[in-house]
Amino acid sequence: MLLIHCPYCDETLPEAEFAYAGEAHVSRAAVPSEVTDEVWRDFLFYRSNVRGPHYERWRHVYGCGRFFNAVRDTVSDRFLTTYEAGAPKPALTDLEGQK
Amino acid sequence: MTRFSAFALVKNALTGQKGWEAQWPDSQPKQEYDVVIVGAGGHGLGAAYYLAKEHGITNVAVVEKGWLGGGNTGRNTTIIRSNYLYDESARLYDHALDLWEGLSQELNYNVMFSRRGVLMLAHNVHDVQSFQRHVHANRLNGVDNKWLTPWEAKQFCPILNIDQDARYPVLGAALQRRAGTARHDAVAWGYARGAAARGVDIIQNCPVTAIRRDASGRVAGVETGRGFIRAKKVAVSAAGHTSVVMDSAGVRLPLESFPLQALVSEPVKPCMPCVVMSNAVHAYMSQSDKGELVIGSGTDQYTSYSQRGGLPLIEHTLAAICEIFPTVTRMRMLRKWGGTVDVTPDRSAILGKTPVPGLYVNCGWGTGGFKATPGAAHVLAWTVAKDEPHPINAPFTLERFTSGRLIDEAAAAAVAH
Repeated sequence: MLLIHCPYCDETLPEAEFAYAGEAHVSRAAVPSEVTDEVWRDFLFYRSNVRGPHYERWRHVYGCGRFFNAVRDTVSDRFLTTYEAGAPKPALTDLEGQK
Repeated sequence: MTRFSAFALVKNALTGQKGWEAQWPDSQPKQEYDVVIVGAGGHGLGAAYYLAKEHGITNVAVVEKGWLGGGNTGRNTTIIRSNYLYDESARLYDHALDLWEGLSQELNYNVMFSRRGVLMLAHNVHDVQSFQRHVHANRLNGVDNKWLTPWEAKQFCPILNIDQDARYPVLGAALQRRAGTARHDAVAWGYARGAAARGVDIIQNCPVTAIRRDASGRVAGVETGRGFIRAKKVAVSAAGHTSVVMDSAGVRLPLESFPLQALVSEPVKPCMPCVVMSNAVHAYMSQSDKGELVIGSGTDQYTSYSQRGGLPLIEHTLAAICEIFPTVTRMRMLRKWGGTVDVTPDRSAILGKTPVPGLYVNCGWGTGGFKATPGAAHVLAWTVAKDEPHPINAPFTLERFTSGRLIDEAAAAAVAH
């Protein structure tokens, strides 16, 4: 079972309180009618699916109900950090030091 | 290769069982092959077998990072069925089922294919409407599938709880009688034996680290833990790790890798004559020939390559199993394990050519790849040999995610399956 730190509640809680919400920092085109089919395909269907540190969204459904972002190693399932939605993407080099 | 027969059994019984040979050699990589297949699971080994047998291409290597059949082939719950909604899927899975029926004879290796029937339970009005639609669509496609009342379902599987006050009431069930189970390891071993006998090299403990392309962009070979292997064609059939391998060739795929767990109970006397699936609660159960109850669930919610999942999912699955089969509530579970499954957005496979000449892919089987093993292997071999898709796998292109022509089994079943 994963233990996840909610950056809003500032508590580390069991996975059962949270819902996974896919890869983080995937942004919709600013003017959707002006982008190509390939850009739409990438936005809708293509994800990085990395083997290693993965930027992802979680929602604290049985707590504050808010979405936040996390960096988790998809090989060990260890969380490197969690941070508030809208905060800038933390660089991996900064996180490696915290391991 | 010694042929298995009643005569060989008697002969070895009388000579102290000393006449059995190794079923396939532990091959070392050569410098160059016509075709390199990445991943020695059922799909990869089967493709090598059909390449050698049906297309006369025997200079083939199957390269595996671990041991043969040690990935999802050895980790699934061995359910085989073909009652999918869409025409494209029905053709592909029914092609596999046709091959399953003759597979033990074909390979001279007992894969223990058992047509014990798969019962899919409907727990609510939506399930009833959806499954009845499946039954009608299947019948139009020549795929057997029949609607049963709760009482008929209980007659088919006596340990089923059809009490209307149950937590998950059974409102009916769809039964595919031709569906069933097979022994997963034997499928990998049978294909490996058949392929090796025709000259295919099976190279274990040899991870593929990258796919190399030449100056023209065509595939040149694979970098492995045991050095570079030149290849005219490369087919990747690496399940959960497909996107990692394909990324090295510059091909991105619409895949996400999730943990999928299964577990087995202590062995008990035969009590369950069929496979029962419940899509609404996402739990399924059958009884192996050893007597263990084999229980499967849905994927964990997060992506992972760890080959293990969390206990909350196991708890959820077992809670549902105990409601549906109250007789098993006091059984003990012996083992649980996980695999890494590659899931596409429409829950249908990607099987065919890629933008890179000479590179083919067979992936995206998600939680249901085992049932397709012979069919996927057969059409993958055709695609590699002829450099064009077989009519059966022609719709399962990578381009469908650009064109929007999805084969949306995700919407059809409302779960990965």
